[in-house]
Amino acid sequence: MTFKQTFIEVDGCKVNLRRGGSGEPLLFLHGASGAPAIMPFMEKLAARFDVLVPEHPGYGLSDEPQWLDNIHDEAYFYLDFLRALDLRNVTLVGNSMGGWIAMEMAVRDTSRLKSLVLVSPAGVAAPGVQPADIFLMSPEEVVQNLFVDQRLAQARLAEPVTPEAVDIGLKNRHTTARLAWEPRLHDPFLPKWLHRIDVPVKILWGREDRILPAKIADELKRLMPKAQVHVLENVGHLPHAEKPDLFCDIVCK
Amino acid sequence: MQIVLFHLMPYAELDLEAGRKNGTVWVKLPNRHFDPQKGHQLYNRYLDELEYGETLGFDAISVNEHHQTAYGLMPSPIVTASALARRTSRVKIAILGSALPLRSHPLTIAEEHAMIDVISGGRLVSGFVRGIGAEYHTFGVNPTISHDRFHEAHDLIVRAWTEPGPFAFQGKHYNVNYVNLWPRPFQKPHPPIWIPSQGSRETIDWASHPDRRYTYLQTFSPSKVVERYLKMYRDRCNEYGYAAKDSQLGWAVPVYVGETDEKARAEAKPHFEAFRNVFVRMPLEMLLPPGYTSRESYKNVMKAKAQMFGDIHIDQAIDLGLFVCGSAATVRGAFERYWNDMRFGNLLVMCQFGTLPGELTRRNMERFAQDVMPSLKKLGSEQML
Repeated sequence: MTFKQTFIEVDGCKVNLRRGGSGEPLLFLHGASGAPAIMPFMEKLAARFDVLVPEHPGYGLSDEPQWLDNIHDEAYFYLDFLRALDLRNVTLVGNSMGGWIAMEMAVRDTSRLKSLVLVSPAGVAAPGVQPADIFLMSPEEVVQNLFVDQRLAQARLAEPVTPEAVDIGLKNRHTTARLAWEPRLHDPFLPKWLHRIDVPVKILWGREDRILPAKIADELKRLMPKAQVHVLENVGHLPHAEKPDLFCDIVCK
Repeated sequence: MQIVLFHLMPYAELDLEAGRKNGTVWVKLPNRHFDPQKGHQLYNRYLDELEYGETLGFDAISVNEHHQTAYGLMPSPIVTASALARRTSRVKIAILGSALPLRSHPLTIAEEHAMIDVISGGRLVSGFVRGIGAEYHTFGVNPTISHDRFHEAHDLIVRAWTEPGPFAFQGKHYNVNYVNLWPRPFQKPHPPIWIPSQGSRETIDWASHPDRRYTYLQTFSPSKVVERYLKMYRDRCNEYGYAAKDSQLGWAVPVYVGETDEKARAEAKPHFEAFRNVFVRMPLEMLLPPGYTSRESYKNVMKAKAQMFGDIHIDQAIDLGLFVCGSAATVRGAFERYWNDMRFGNLLVMCQFGTLPGELTRRNMERFAQDVMPSLKKLGSEQML
């Protein structure tokens, strides 16, 4: 399946968009480390969906707009993005920071959404559960903590580091800090509006997630009692990268 | 030249091995390593040392702000400056500086500095800083808006000091309906403002601007780096269309004066190396959280990582001009040479560093004050006439 890469402009912000496959639209919102490449799970999903993988404002090759102050700005941007591309019946999939954006979108407007798939999402804090301090980790430590299978971490760390990749890494880290430094990786005012999400919700979490502990899934289930929860064994923070087949089965089911 | 006695008030009783093992004495060194009994002794010893600075003839004595670290025990320089204001009578008191973005309300800084200025009869020098990167980790303040908050807090403070109240202040980070400072500062239009920095073009552009002309202090840097940034400041002033006065430039550096060069090095060595290799040390991610510096500066630091984050021997530190150490003649000669190259009008000497004990600190201060300071004070005075 081939993905096409284009830049599209919404709200005065050019974003890098990869798009491939056919079927109902599926919008994948990436996490703090961005979406620099097409990954196997995207190819798989493209067999069934029209898959859209944008890089968020402030990440990757996308612009860093003046208006980007907080996570709400990302949510409003993507609501405008859905309208600009006239996407309907969207399966909205978000991992980590992207899962947070997905929830912030859905509490505002679900009219273009078919369902929500939250993959180890940030956005909601659970009492007594402390996320890892990603900002005190070196880039190597971050990668090591993303995966249970350290071969995957080593493979990622072995990729050649181009000057462009260094710049993008620093840019992504900067935007993540801008959006999520304090309160750390959550919005304390989000939980009280989660009941507004009136489309089906699936929550996926890796049992061994060392960035956002899987216990947060319990809190999300409490806040969204109708949500389907899948906790995956021997999986870390990136279920879509670590177990692409299992991940795609759950999304497609 | 104006000579300032600067103190960090480190936790000199630190178990250095624990500090080393932890990798840093910042942010996450467990506070069980702080003993309040020893802390009591240290605070009083350090305050005595600063008060002694007045007796020895320093132009100013100076404190600063650091949080949750053994590096410096002054989370509030307001507390130490207040104590000094009442125990001294002639010497200037410099707060270098208050970390504006870390406060949730900048008016508290405007008020507290004004109080000290009024209590001391106009002896306050106000310094403003952003706080170091580690403090964004400890306080949770977002480092990506640190510059923004600093500039806005600064504007609010200076307006509060100078404009008749009450007036309303509208900002992005701070909004106040009634700015109406009681007390107003003693000095007119307000206490002098100094900007300590580790060196950044952005800070220099801002501090040297003709509307501000704030004294810029380069802190704890190799002499070549000090020279580069002080030159950058002068160049910037020229571009703005005026010539910087020497009094707009300063250098903060640890100093040790011994009886001979050899004795000075031997006495200072363990204490300076503890300062440089234990107290200062922290990982890159702690030092420079995202947005604290530009990404270009961050990349430059990554390149210099080996040199910046490795251990440094006292001899290297002296060669680099990170530390000025030797007999009175050596130290005097070194500063005269540095002054000839850089023409800074303010020299901040840190006579206590790391684990340097009280007795050596006092002897260092005395030797510096008696045998070095008098000739340094004369530097630049012909120009002033």
